[in-house]
Amino acid sequence: MNEHPVATGARFIGKRIQRKEDRRLLTGRGTYIDDVVVAGMLHAAFVRSNVARGQILRIDTTRARELAGVFAVYTAADLDRVACRPGNPVFDMPGCPPPDNGLLARTDARFVGDPVAIILATTRAIAEDAAALVEVDYRAEAPVIGIAAAKTMPPIHPHVTSNLVNAMDSGPDDEIDAIFATAAHVVEDTIRNCRQAHMPMETRGMVAVPDGTGELTIHAACQSPHLSALHIATAFNLNQQQVRIVGKDVGGGFGLKMSPQRDDLAVIAAAMLAGRPVKWIEDRLENLIAAGQSREDQMHVRLAFDSDHLLIAADVDYDCDFGAYPYAMQSSASLVTPMFPGPYRVPRYRWKAAGWYTNASGIVPYRGPWMMEMFARETMMDVAARQMGVDPIELRRKNIIGKPDQPFQTAAGFVLTDISPRETMDMTVAAIDVPAFRREQAQAREQGRYLGLGLANGIEPTTVSFGYFASDVAHVRIEANGRVTAMTTTFSQGHGTATSLAQVIAERLGVPFEDVTVVEGDSSRTGFGSGAGGSRQAVAGGGAAIKASDLLREKIERIAAYAYNASPDTVRIDNGVITIDGAPEVRSSVAEIAQMAYVAPDRLPPDMEMGLESQYRYRPPPMVMANATHACICEVDVETGKVSILRWVAGGDCGELINPSIVEGQIAGGVVQGIGGVLFEHLRYDEDGQPLAVTLKDYLLPTGLDVPRIEYRHMCTPSSTPGGFKGVGEGGAMISPPTLVNAIADALAPFGKRWLDMPLSPDRIVCGLDG
Amino acid sequence: MSLHFIEFELNGRQIEGTAEARRTLLDFLRGDAGCTGPHAGCEHGVCGACTVLVDGQAVRSCLMLAVQANGKKVETVEGLASGPDELHPVQQLFREEFALQCGFCTPGFLMTLVALDRAEPRPDAAEMREALSGHLCRCTGYQGVLRVVDRLAEDRK
Repeated sequence: MNEHPVATGARFIGKRIQRKEDRRLLTGRGTYIDDVVVAGMLHAAFVRSNVARGQILRIDTTRARELAGVFAVYTAADLDRVACRPGNPVFDMPGCPPPDNGLLARTDARFVGDPVAIILATTRAIAEDAAALVEVDYRAEAPVIGIAAAKTMPPIHPHVTSNLVNAMDSGPDDEIDAIFATAAHVVEDTIRNCRQAHMPMETRGMVAVPDGTGELTIHAACQSPHLSALHIATAFNLNQQQVRIVGKDVGGGFGLKMSPQRDDLAVIAAAMLAGRPVKWIEDRLENLIAAGQSREDQMHVRLAFDSDHLLIAADVDYDCDFGAYPYAMQSSASLVTPMFPGPYRVPRYRWKAAGWYTNASGIVPYRGPWMMEMFARETMMDVAARQMGVDPIELRRKNIIGKPDQPFQTAAGFVLTDISPRETMDMTVAAIDVPAFRREQAQAREQGRYLGLGLANGIEPTTVSFGYFASDVAHVRIEANGRVTAMTTTFSQGHGTATSLAQVIAERLGVPFEDVTVVEGDSSRTGFGSGAGGSRQAVAGGGAAIKASDLLREKIERIAAYAYNASPDTVRIDNGVITIDGAPEVRSSVAEIAQMAYVAPDRLPPDMEMGLESQYRYRPPPMVMANATHACICEVDVETGKVSILRWVAGGDCGELINPSIVEGQIAGGVVQGIGGVLFEHLRYDEDGQPLAVTLKDYLLPTGLDVPRIEYRHMCTPSSTPGGFKGVGEGGAMISPPTLVNAIADALAPFGKRWLDMPLSPDRIVCGLDG
Repeated sequence: MSLHFIEFELNGRQIEGTAEARRTLLDFLRGDAGCTGPHAGCEHGVCGACTVLVDGQAVRSCLMLAVQANGKKVETVEGLASGPDELHPVQQLFREEFALQCGFCTPGFLMTLVALDRAEPRPDAAEMREALSGHLCRCTGYQGVLRVVDRLAEDRK
């Protein structure tokens, strides 16, 4: 256990404090990207390919250019005048050749939605009118749709030799075959997820403002102002300081807005060519077919157990459909297989992983991009339990590690520490009276009703700190009036970081929560940092805030001690009031100390610099682990295939909670996205590569009628970071799919079918029962 | 494209302007009337983020033409609170229950709930949840919104 000394009597960490962001968001005064208006701006609309694969024979923009109000129609050849390297400096993977077809399709279209031309017009409506007037002739070719096709068909990108993007494996291991050959039980199957959309309620968008001196201001709906600035500066060969990314309110990200994509860069290039500010707001059709997608992957799993049902070996083979223009491919490929052993003892482990180009929208990391490790492992644990005739909870209990077992090195080489898988599972199971449920289930089955209980365990690797994600910075300043402004490299797309970090800073400084303002969302205001991504803001942003605040508190104490002729360790700061132990007559304030710091250098200790501000660049550990066990009870209507979720217990250990309501909000959002992925959400392509989900009537999201009331249980094993914090952003979305699938499979166990091909939508459940 | 003169009451004040026949009420509110609270989430009437009240009825402003608002009374999220530093009771409940995260969908939820809250006979919690199923939220998993509905229903007893 870590001790976290608290500077003051006032505790803000751990409190359900109402969010600072809410007042403006509730009253319609937020500033989302479409709310940004710049004088003289033009509006952009794209012409996008309606074929999945085909040579571009002819593009005729004549009629579009002649339309009143149209400023320009640019094709690939036009944008080539602005030298741009669309590669992704943050996420490109060594040995993984990036697709190369320019910002707009130059010679051929590679998915339905591939941008072919961009229109700039005085209004969005005119830009869309003009887009409809652009004529494009294609010579359509048979597209590569799905992993099986990718393995056999010609490469979708002419400059690569096959559709294999990258492949990795754990190396030769002959002994594992012998283990499987002699194991008491071998369980084997393949789980297939289905293509899904991140679906932030605000689509992508930006306002790109070039100025005459070669600088760019970009108002962006992004997840990280700095990473976007770095990417754009690199793409257009600018200094990063020449690119200012500004963001205020962002309507959800979930991974989709981590990096600018080809169409974002095309908007910037168009603005540079035009010499005019350009606004582009993606519409929902574009968002569904071209923004990037996720979750089209599959894993073949073999598990070997001994006669006591102890896991003795695992062997997995993972494939992911990357689409045509993916980014951050390594986040799915490189964490899926290493994380597969999860919280269990797996003495022997072998894995293979491969990613494939196809003629679909590119894969973009979506909340827990490596979730297949949890999905496959936890569903297969239930398959194994049924096959071996043991209770799935007992099977897990036999194989799971607990706090006394740590540090524990997994078969994939990770060292598990500061987590509580066994203890959290026990906590979650205790919330459900399992024997009573089994009785209820048996009675219900006699009446033709099918109830099921599902449970899943998972470890969430958070704050993975590498490359450009290795550090974050906080700059905390007490103004001359005593108010606190913190400039941080966190960035909220709904996370409430301006609240959480204010809680941390107020507590560490000993000032009122109301006096702390967190400023984020402007790459020109702070040093470099990574923003939202990889569930890192509590640990990385919080760690930087703690360190910077502690430096500042120490300075306040030194100034107060000098001013009142006391020792710094007798200075107490509480609610902005400063007192001195043993000197009851002294009653100062942070505001008074700030006055001294800015305007009364004579009252400062000799050699102390003026001002009251600090900066700290915090480097988190390489990875901070959190863990969770969720359980759910559902009922499946075998006539209609409808799944009703009756209970959901979310047990988790994400260390010290800064604001439990915000933490629970992260868990709930993820859980419901995962529920959607199991029951409703499917971006299907037909054999011609045409997307079949093109409106929100085809791509169904969970509504308030589809969700359970989530019961939260918190375990607290602090991490070894300054606040004891852990990340929590993605685990809910990873753990809820196996939890729900296991409950459905348990409900339908009497029918003896397999339920490993997503989605388990009503029609597919009915077909599965009939088939 | 034909231009039409329109005038209507917006959040208690009379406004006027011109709009192309095809211009949606949503685009007019956002682009011409300076009300950026209603949001375009899907522009095909499914997500509910653009919901405003027209003569007291919750409508999708992305599916209504600006010219159809002529002579009517339109309320947006900007008009709910009684002053710049105030919150409407439903807004206050949203804040207390952490019913929003990114906030993009929130104005639509608020407008539908306010319309239900004013309705006579007053709908019960189940009816309110049914009505809110026409609003999509991707951040919160609806947990806080459901608590708001519980409290609104409780307040009415």
